[in-house]
Amino acid sequence: MLSIANLRLSRGSQAVLRDVDLDVRRGERVALMGLSGGGKTTVLRAICALEPFESGRLDVGGFALRPGPLPRESQLRGLRRLVGMVFQFHHLFAHLTVLENVSLAQVHALGAPRHEADARSRAWLESLGVGARCGARPSELSGGEAQRVAIARAMSMDPPLLLMDEPTASLDPARRGELAATLVSLTSAGRTLLVATHDVPFAQSLANRVVVLADGRVVEDGRPDDVLVRPTHPATRALLQGNGK
Amino acid sequence: MTGFRGDTRLLFARVLVLALTTAPAFALGASARQASVPAVAAQPAASRPSSSSPVLRWGGDSEGGAPFVEADPANPAILRGFDVEVAAIIAEGLGRSPQFVQVAWSSIDASVQRGDFDIGMSGVEDTPARRAQLTVTIPYFEFREVLTVRRVDAGKYRTLADLRGRRVGTLGGTQAYELLLAAGRTDGFVAVSYDDDVHPYTDLADGRVDAVLLDHIIAARAQRRIAGLFTEPKEVAVGHYVAVLAPGREALRDRIDNILRQAMRDGRLERVYRTWSIWDDGQAAFLRTAGTAAPPSNGADSARDAAPPQGQLAATIRYLPAVLRAAVISIVLSCLSMALAVFVGVLVASGRLYGRRWLRLALTAYVEVTRGTPVLLQLFVIYYGMSSVIRLPAFVAAWIGLGLNYAAYESEIYRGALLAVPVGQLEAARTLGLTEAQVLRLIRGPQAFRLALAPMTNDFVALLKDSSLVSVITVIELTKQTQIFAANVGSWVLPGALCAALYLAMSLPLSRLARHLEKSWKLPQS
Repeated sequence: MLSIANLRLSRGSQAVLRDVDLDVRRGERVALMGLSGGGKTTVLRAICALEPFESGRLDVGGFALRPGPLPRESQLRGLRRLVGMVFQFHHLFAHLTVLENVSLAQVHALGAPRHEADARSRAWLESLGVGARCGARPSELSGGEAQRVAIARAMSMDPPLLLMDEPTASLDPARRGELAATLVSLTSAGRTLLVATHDVPFAQSLANRVVVLADGRVVEDGRPDDVLVRPTHPATRALLQGNGK
Repeated sequence: MTGFRGDTRLLFARVLVLALTTAPAFALGASARQASVPAVAAQPAASRPSSSSPVLRWGGDSEGGAPFVEADPANPAILRGFDVEVAAIIAEGLGRSPQFVQVAWSSIDASVQRGDFDIGMSGVEDTPARRAQLTVTIPYFEFREVLTVRRVDAGKYRTLADLRGRRVGTLGGTQAYELLLAAGRTDGFVAVSYDDDVHPYTDLADGRVDAVLLDHIIAARAQRRIAGLFTEPKEVAVGHYVAVLAPGREALRDRIDNILRQAMRDGRLERVYRTWSIWDDGQAAFLRTAGTAAPPSNGADSARDAAPPQGQLAATIRYLPAVLRAAVISIVLSCLSMALAVFVGVLVASGRLYGRRWLRLALTAYVEVTRGTPVLLQLFVIYYGMSSVIRLPAFVAAWIGLGLNYAAYESEIYRGALLAVPVGQLEAARTLGLTEAQVLRLIRGPQAFRLALAPMTNDFVALLKDSSLVSVITVIELTKQTQIFAANVGSWVLPGALCAALYLAMSLPLSRLARHLEKSWKLPQS
């Protein structure tokens, strides 16, 4: 589903990613972990073609991104159908209601009739527990509600690969478990999930694979029970210490 | 009567633009005048008061130029012109040194009334309203209102009655304008008001108007400058130039009257007029009688018949329809200009954010040039400067001028507002598969519009007031109509109050509407 090889990305003279290699198979739930500044978010942004990379290879479900300047948006339509993204700060459209946020792209990017898009949006919002908030504005939502609306917005486009950036940042511990269960159910139909997080319990309850990034490189890659229980790299150990383990 | 009138703040721009747009005409005129007017040997030191004798402060407008008052081209510190020499004769008779005070022609009455100078004279016309408001001397010059047409139309338009359906230009706020307004209603032509006495003739040559009615000495000057014009020898009306003093200064006025009568009898005025080539048989006949006749009290000549004597209230009632029509022009022009400004502003802002490098550079240049130059200059260039390429009607030129000027400001507001929309939302929209155009139309634009609403409203109210500038290209809007009204009644109190009330009546609802929109469309703070 996703294949990254020798990915290198710099901002100015600062190298953020140095030779990242990562292959993700269809249906995998991968927790991309690491300390802050390790490059987790940058990997997700590169996959979404929100950041250009200098060298390496990046292939998403057969859609290849090349090093160099970002392609025009019109050349990325294939990629957009394959990848959904839930941002750490949700980035809901401030001037639209919850329902409009979820329906907008279905209508304008997929060409769905408005009533069908709304029905689909309501179904996703109901399934994520925020069906009652259809008419609310983003400013009226709690962090958890906004998170679920953002997931509904991404999921309503039915992307085979869903990327999530620190989804538990605005949730209390009880809600984290709930979210993990929801995401597991979302991926039961063969959907692939790549979640950037430094929340170890959340990763343990969600992922069937953990990849640890440190200094812009993949330093550990394996089953959660191995990587998070018997860490081999200092960065993983520091991550676990930071999570109180 | 004199050249440019109106707000002195606009002086620089007007001079600059006139220099650009009528330089050839001025050059021709200057050379012709220099050929026909001998140099004045003993130039009165109008601008150099003697420190030893008391001064006579006299106000006039040197923008009017020769033969009235102009700066000596050889030494701009010295003024010359027949009004300058008449002022010198009066000052000499009073045992004082003349000291010139520059004042906009339209403000001479108000300035003398508030004591800025002792007498005002710079082609000041003798009108009933002036006599009702101020202390006025006996007339010292008789002018004829004459009709000038293009030479090819010489046989076609001989009187105002021949001009049905045509446009006749003149200087606003004058007897000639009043006469045209009155005659236009019966003869069916359109009176076009100008802010100066140069452009009516250039527009006549360009075909924007079909005739010009103005004082014969101004018409003669225009004919020297511009080829292809013809002035009907038979005058339409007759008027007089007088000097004005503040109310209550009758004693000084009587002394001045005596000095003028003496100058008429002993030939000094004749010498002055001969010097400036404005002496003719009609003037000789006038001076023979003017020196002995009692000053006219009210409307003694045909030009004054156009402005019947009346109180301010009666004048207000008479002018109300015209003022209201002008207010409609102001609001319609403002609305249309704002619509153009918003449309072009959105395109410019979008082009600067999304366009290719060459487009961004071109649009940046447009914004900087437009913001960096006075709107008055732009109006002049669009209306007069481009007339050889495209001859726009005045209202269209005003609409385009104001619209494009404000578009530059609006584009900066929109650009700032577009940049203020969080980048994260734009990225989220892109990852959902929306095209850049959809991101702009569905996400960025609507939020930016809400952010821009308050400054836009502010600009609209400013535009409503800036619409007063278009009078320089002959559009009679509210301020200009008020100026004409005030000149006619000789006071700014009632006209000013009425004008202010109308502007407020137009701008306050706008402000309220804007507040309502801001409130209902306010962008939620996330």
